Amino acid sequence: MAAVLFYIFATIMIGSACVVIFARNPVHSVLFLILAFCNGAGLFLLAGAEFLAMILIVVYVGAVAVLFLFVVMMLDVDFAELKQGFAKHLPLGLGVGVVVMVELGLIAIGWQSAPNAPYAAASPMLANVSNTAALGQILYTKYAVFFEASAMVLLTAMIGAIVLTLHHRPNVKRQKISDQNARTRENVIEIKKVPFRTGV
Amino acid sequence: MIIGLTHYLVVGAILFTLGVAGIILNRKNIIVILMSVELILLSVNLNFVAFSHELGDLTGQVFALYVLTVAAAEAAIGLAILVAFYRNRGTIAVEDINSLKG
Repeated sequence: MAAVLFYIFATIMIGSACVVIFARNPVHSVLFLILAFCNGAGLFLLAGAEFLAMILIVVYVGAVAVLFLFVVMMLDVDFAELKQGFAKHLPLGLGVGVVVMVELGLIAIGWQSAPNAPYAAASPMLANVSNTAALGQILYTKYAVFFEASAMVLLTAMIGAIVLTLHHRPNVKRQKISDQNARTRENVIEIKKVPFRTGV
Repeated sequence: MIIGLTHYLVVGAILFTLGVAGIILNRKNIIVILMSVELILLSVNLNFVAFSHELGDLTGQVFALYVLTVAAAEAAIGLAILVAFYRNRGTIAVEDINSLKG
């Protein structure tokens, strides 16, 4: 059963990754990226990483992919023009792809773990603790500094994204409540003496 | 049939290759390049989780969590740069982004 599920998830994930690369319309790319992430979450589940699978769905499908979709739809870009160099780069892309695939495949097939590797685990999995609880137990104790560092990374990214995209337009009229409250009758009303039959 | 580490490594290798090929093939479209980078990071995470499962060590999953964080930050910053660039230039063609060269 697990093997069948593995092959289903892996096939759909690789197929949708192909569509991400080859699709003409970037909206389709984003949607198939979401499909690839969902199947990746399935593979994580099969490998026993339940918390990461949930994070992948929540963070990637829920936030990052929607951010991509938002940007793709917000920018009015002629995507057909951007697709032009595709045929020109195809031989190079396939060549590099084949080289990377052969190298990684050789590593993946020829890899062997040291006989004492399971005993050298830095933070071994406990038998009767769920994955999320076990991750929480080590993340807040042993890897607390590391956790803070990732929080700093996210804070930096947040500030950076805001600084990059925020811009003040010069000619926008905004409501200034302090100015409104500071208005008095003396400095906003001017009483003029209007001469008879001449106007102001 | 037992699904072992090799299966995960092969799937991760295929996904990584697709990501690298996607960067080269879609050299003009920076949005698809960012998506290819996300695919590469997903394959890396898959390898971390597979090794974590194989060796019974949670450290791999902690590191995968870190990779996820950095990938999310990278996507946010990358798309913010893209929006700022589009606002200034009216295009997102990567080949036009060479005005900073020395």
